[in-house]
Amino acid sequence: MTTQLLTLAFERPAIDWHAVAPELTLLAVGCLITLIDIIFLEKARPYTATLAGLGVLATAIPIITLAMDGVDRVLFDGAYVVDDFALFTKAIFLISGYVIILLSTNYVAEGDYWENEYYGLLLASLMGMVMMSSSRDLISIFVALELLSIPAYLMVAWRKRDARSNEAGLKYYLMGVFASAVMLYGMSLLFGVSGSTQLSEISSFLTNGNVSSVSAITLAIVFVVAGFAFKVSAAPFHTWAPDVYEGAPTPVAAFLSVASKAAGFVALLQLIYVGFHNQSAVYEPLIWILAAASMTFGNLVALKQTNIVRMMAYSGVAQTGFILAPLAVAGHAGLEDQALSAILTYLAIYAAMNLGAFAVIITLSRKTGSAEIESFNGAFRYAPAMTVSMAFFLFSLAGIPPLGGWFAKFEVFSVLASSDDVWGYALAVIAAINSVIALYYYASVARCMWADEAPENDLTPVSTTSSLVSALAICAIVTLAFGVVPQIVGRFADVTLLTLGG
Amino acid sequence: MENFINDWGLTVTTFLPMVGVAVMLLIPKAQEELHKKTALATSLLVAVMGILILTQFDFDATGQLQFAVDHIWIDVINSHYAMGLDGMSLPLVLLTMLVVPLCIIYSWNHFPEPQNPKAFLILILVLETGMIGTFMAQDLVLFFVFFEVVLLPMFFMIAVWGGDDRRYASLKFFLYTLFGSALMLVSFLALYFLSGSESFVLSDLIAAVSSNGVSRTAGLWIFAGMFLGFGIKVPMFPFHTWLPDAHTQAPTVGSVILAAVLLKLGTYGFIRIAIPVLPEAAVEWAPWIGLLAVIGIIYGALGCLAQTDMKRLIAFSSVAHMGFVMLGISTLTDFGINAAIMGMVAHGLITGMLFFIAGSVKERYHTLDINRLGGLLIQAPRMGWIFGLCVMASLGLPGLAGFWGEFPAILSAYNPGNGLPVTTFRVFMVISALGTVLAAGYLLWLLQRAAFGTPKDEFAEDPSITDVTKHEWISWAPFLALIVAIGIYPNLIFRVTDGAVDASLDDCLQVNASELTPEQEEALGCASIYNLHEDHEDHEDHEAGE
Repeated sequence: MTTQLLTLAFERPAIDWHAVAPELTLLAVGCLITLIDIIFLEKARPYTATLAGLGVLATAIPIITLAMDGVDRVLFDGAYVVDDFALFTKAIFLISGYVIILLSTNYVAEGDYWENEYYGLLLASLMGMVMMSSSRDLISIFVALELLSIPAYLMVAWRKRDARSNEAGLKYYLMGVFASAVMLYGMSLLFGVSGSTQLSEISSFLTNGNVSSVSAITLAIVFVVAGFAFKVSAAPFHTWAPDVYEGAPTPVAAFLSVASKAAGFVALLQLIYVGFHNQSAVYEPLIWILAAASMTFGNLVALKQTNIVRMMAYSGVAQTGFILAPLAVAGHAGLEDQALSAILTYLAIYAAMNLGAFAVIITLSRKTGSAEIESFNGAFRYAPAMTVSMAFFLFSLAGIPPLGGWFAKFEVFSVLASSDDVWGYALAVIAAINSVIALYYYASVARCMWADEAPENDLTPVSTTSSLVSALAICAIVTLAFGVVPQIVGRFADVTLLTLGG
Repeated sequence: MENFINDWGLTVTTFLPMVGVAVMLLIPKAQEELHKKTALATSLLVAVMGILILTQFDFDATGQLQFAVDHIWIDVINSHYAMGLDGMSLPLVLLTMLVVPLCIIYSWNHFPEPQNPKAFLILILVLETGMIGTFMAQDLVLFFVFFEVVLLPMFFMIAVWGGDDRRYASLKFFLYTLFGSALMLVSFLALYFLSGSESFVLSDLIAAVSSNGVSRTAGLWIFAGMFLGFGIKVPMFPFHTWLPDAHTQAPTVGSVILAAVLLKLGTYGFIRIAIPVLPEAAVEWAPWIGLLAVIGIIYGALGCLAQTDMKRLIAFSSVAHMGFVMLGISTLTDFGINAAIMGMVAHGLITGMLFFIAGSVKERYHTLDINRLGGLLIQAPRMGWIFGLCVMASLGLPGLAGFWGEFPAILSAYNPGNGLPVTTFRVFMVISALGTVLAAGYLLWLLQRAAFGTPKDEFAEDPSITDVTKHEWISWAPFLALIVAIGIYPNLIFRVTDGAVDASLDDCLQVNASELTPEQEEALGCASIYNLHEDHEDHEDHEAGE
């Protein structure tokens, strides 16, 4: 096949320009930012963040038109697909990206970091994520993964005068590359066995083909899933997360914990649903273990944290367990779509509440200059609005109604309970117990902020900026709205990946 | 007007407090007076809505859901915004509407440290929405949401305005209840999927379970999950340990709301959801529930005897009293559950009142250590007498509300529902009757130590120890009036609840097999678990024996 390709003259495949408009818009804005930097140098700096933000919002326009159009578009022989799943996840990435830009605005400017490069890289990484949503081919998945990861390695080390940031960047890079390598090995096995890189073809090979090498396929699936388990920081592949979150600039930590994690899940979903859907005997137990381990381990370690960013990192590991849980029963007949929409719902709600929590952390750290939980004591006295919003986000993460998180957890429980097998129920009970453990540390933080005395009784108000306040407002409104009218997210998350997978 | 109440009454009542919250959020923190007035006005408006609903309530059809609304809420999971009011929920809703404004009046001039009336009152109003919503919700998901909404304000109320040990108590309260409700949610979901119900609406679920059936094992597990969720909230022995801590550390108003309304969410869950949905699992669990209830009665009473802190003592007495309520429920009879609802209302009024008094005593004496108190009747005679009245009511003196909660509950255990072991329940009856003796013991001892005698030297000349103040009178009078009124005329409650309880119970639990024609019996189609015939013979044996 390869030799055939070489002998043919290159012929441009038909491109549906509308379908790739979001990616192109992001690319154009990224180039524009770089160009402006080259031409205007320092003078352009104050406008870069705004420009990047507008660029992300502009990208949303083709997404909306594509969604209104409502036709599934298949490009490059099925390697790149724009369907409802892709559009929904692209929207999550872009909205989170926009909030991250709002969070970064003052942080990056006040730290006197390299603004133009920062936003250029952020947009590049976002573009990788947006591409990931549509990739239904091992190669495009890998390209998207590297495109979203490599800028993130740089951004983690952005505070380059801080040793911890450098350490975080190096750690993230080494672990990331290692995971990529493991995953790539799995992919090569998949290609070797099935003879194709396209997920739908791999799937039909696994269904119909003469599968003589069961062990090779099992190994391949385990390796690929493990590679993405790193990306979504599932235990036991989570060890990088706390150090990297702590060392990275806080907005970048927020980016990793939300957008990058969601991208990992998107890839995982596509691989499992489109690629090895009928291999549930392999991936279900694997995911079950990952989910149970992530929830339990993440929560137990989070209990002992004194630094809020580290706590959020471990809480993120635990949340990953929750998001993975529906996948552990996704192979059951009739549950596929329900599990998918539960995961997507969770990702959307998780993005809102986690970004919100980071927004408060960033705002309060402006005053306290520290991320120790103790330094936030008594914040209710000097920043009541911030404290109330933090309580909102924390209890939403804990899954207390009427805040968004309850619906996310509810959907997870609902999938597990409808699996009608002992393993599903067992995971539901583990999840239920874990949501209680999680409440302990979320509620402890809320309690410190509400009830304790401020350190040194310093009651000077925090200085907020308009971009931080808007980020906070977006997250708070979305978190509450998702909780009170879950239908909003429920309707959009009601998608399928199976029609094209076949 | 009628139409408005019919269609919107329950929704407006439930969410009116949130409107008040929205208004208060816009008022600057410094205008404390305005905050108090807004909060009071809101809660009074809710009470007015309650009265309007009461005037429209059809007392001849208490078994039916009235003012019912049913709209799709979350399409993807078939959850409805279904609200309704029947004779079972009406007394509890009215109790809530009464308690909240009175609590606001009580705290008017003495907000606990660190003050901040704005936040405190907002939390009370959020609580009100949660409590009223729970009693009205007819959809399990909606019920769950309201059930949980209550947790947050209570957590903050204890954590911020509580006593010295508030950090520990607030988290313990939150974690215990969340543990129960997380498993309860799993149970709800399992019930929904296993029964194949078309929605989470209670009536749909009941219909689906009775037509499609749920396997015995599944039913038992599901009931166990709900039992944990509701039982922890009640709280039943051995899940009660959060209660003494939460009560002791909570600010006065928090304790009152906790005792008067929050504990009832658990017992209400049993009679509204667990028993009607899974009557057969309930039959199998009932002896165990009865056992835990009786242990709770005795354990709570013994716990009371060991306490030196007045508030903690009242908290333990709650464990004992809720034991009577649960004993009534565990009989699965019309009589027992009516007694249980009466017990809930009576306990709400009486224990709420006792916590009010404890709060006022604490404010005057700055301690609740029973050994340091004494001579309340000399220093503040009116308060002393009110205290005496409440103690009498709490120990179940006939003529006061408490009697009608305890006595019928004990009596109902004599004749439990079909399928329950009669002998076991009669043993429970005897033990719980002993519990009332212990109750008289610890309560009279409390009264003797705190109110009788002469004041201790340290307080003898303290000018800050005054008698009942104006705010206290206003907030206490309705409680006292109701305690007496219900005591004299218990039909006030029984008349409302009876129809609803009867409608909620499975026919097989109550029917007397000897009076049925074979055709009727076949039409009922009772499962063997109800032991219709054996039970019947059993009864005759006993009657012959007597």
